[in-house]
Amino acid sequence: MNAQVSINESVLELTSDGPRLKGMRCKNCGNHVFPYQGGCPKCTGSDVEPVLLGTHGTLWAWTIQGFPPKAPPYLGETDPDKFKPYGVGYVELPGEVKVEARLTESDPTRLKIGMAMDLTLVPLCKDDDGNDMVTFAFSPSTKGDA
Amino acid sequence: MSEVAIVGIGMHEFGRHEGVSGMEQGAIAVRRACADAGVEWKDIQFAFGGSSAAGAPDTMVSQLGLTGLQFINVQNGCATGGSALFSAYNTIMSGAYDLGIAIGFDKHERGAFRVETKAREGRDWYGGSGMALTTQFFGMKINRYMQENNISQRSLARVAAKAMRNGSMNPMAWRRKALTEEEVLQSQMLSYPLTQYMFCSPGEGGVALILARADQAHKYTKNPIYLQSAVVRSRRFGSFEVLAPSLSLEYGEGPTVDASKAAFEQAGIGPKDIDLAQLQDTESGAEVMHMAENGFCEHGEQESMLEKGETEIGGRFPVNTDGGCLANGEPVGASGLRQVYENVLQLRGDAGPRQVPNDPKVAYTHVYGAPGISGVTILSR
Ligand SMILES: [Zn+2]
Repeated sequence: MNAQVSINESVLELTSDGPRLKGMRCKNCGNHVFPYQGGCPKCTGSDVEPVLLGTHGTLWAWTIQGFPPKAPPYLGETDPDKFKPYGVGYVELPGEVKVEARLTESDPTRLKIGMAMDLTLVPLCKDDDGNDMVTFAFSPSTKGDA
Repeated sequence: MSEVAIVGIGMHEFGRHEGVSGMEQGAIAVRRACADAGVEWKDIQFAFGGSSAAGAPDTMVSQLGLTGLQFINVQNGCATGGSALFSAYNTIMSGAYDLGIAIGFDKHERGAFRVETKAREGRDWYGGSGMALTTQFFGMKINRYMQENNISQRSLARVAAKAMRNGSMNPMAWRRKALTEEEVLQSQMLSYPLTQYMFCSPGEGGVALILARADQAHKYTKNPIYLQSAVVRSRRFGSFEVLAPSLSLEYGEGPTVDASKAAFEQAGIGPKDIDLAQLQDTESGAEVMHMAENGFCEHGEQESMLEKGETEIGGRFPVNTDGGCLANGEPVGASGLRQVYENVLQLRGDAGPRQVPNDPKVAYTHVYGAPGISGVTILSR
């Protein structure tokens, strides 16, 4: 089996306990931002620290990407005959931030604002060494409502 | 009484123009604006030019004539044209010059805008993952808005059908074929709940507007149109904006609300005083949301307004009388100036078959776009 590699380790870390998103927490006002950045858009302060964000949340907004994005920049399937629509949404991580992510669900009848979601991974392509490059996504929670 | 008047307008047809550069389209718009004002290029004292993808605007002087004028380039996302106009307005207000021009033009590749973002380090994970599409933002925003405010997908189709109907009466528009609501609903689903014909396309075109001190306007035209306000605002913390990898937990109003309030305050009037409006319609849902964000109705009221045809040319409050972005496409640098061009035509009574009846006196424009920026103007006769 091929190894999984993160699309970018500075935003998505693959830990032994599963994927984690790397965000920023403001030490002054507690605001969170994803991905990490050096200043806080809420209080304008710069005393910030890197944090691993939570992995469970609720769906706040969603759509379905119905056509292949342009490559570059897209690294996934762009052949219109092989492309499969995928969900995109904002998932609200309690007490932290709303993160934009792909969704594993792409059926509009099965997506609902407020539903519980868990962080997971989806494959994008092979990297130059033949590894499976992955990015982050949220899937409807298997643990029931958050 | 405003101190700045629009005394000449020029436009190059929007659409696809093989073999004509974006800048040439801008130069043609400039010549048409000069002809409309009865001035020569050498009379123009200053210019602000905007383009996002078709080259540095100031280089067009090599086509128009090397007169030595002050020419400043403006690049400000989707508010590029609006920012050129805002800058020209303030230049005249400051007393520095009496006669100037705001120019916007563009020419984009086919298909959805390609957005390549720079990560702090490493690969472009945002676009690489299949996000960073402006179409997704519009799908997500209207999808949530529809649920919160009881707006139907039929309303989105009504907006698109109206745009194509108005566009069919506009010789400058790109899309001049009327479409039924059913055709709109049945076209390809691009970003749920938005179908292909509910979206505008990146396109080509150019617009130029000549501005003069109001007390000198009658030297150039018998129909001066006065600029009562020109406002540009960026986003504040908490707003829900295009191309945002994360959003704060707090939810606040967007830059449109701020720009609109400031523009009304500057003009000393309110939404009820506006006779017609051109509102950013990157897709159908944007027009719906922007009706409320600009203060013209309550959230949710759009459903019945559209059903009753109130935003049609003959309705109580006509919106996007030239077909908007949906029928004209979006050459980013020119788009905001196209709206002003249309309002000048309407206020002069020169809009032909799409003329708003009953002698409109005050008109409103609104642009919105990446990365969370909004521009508003209010014009009057
Ligand atoms: Zn802070």
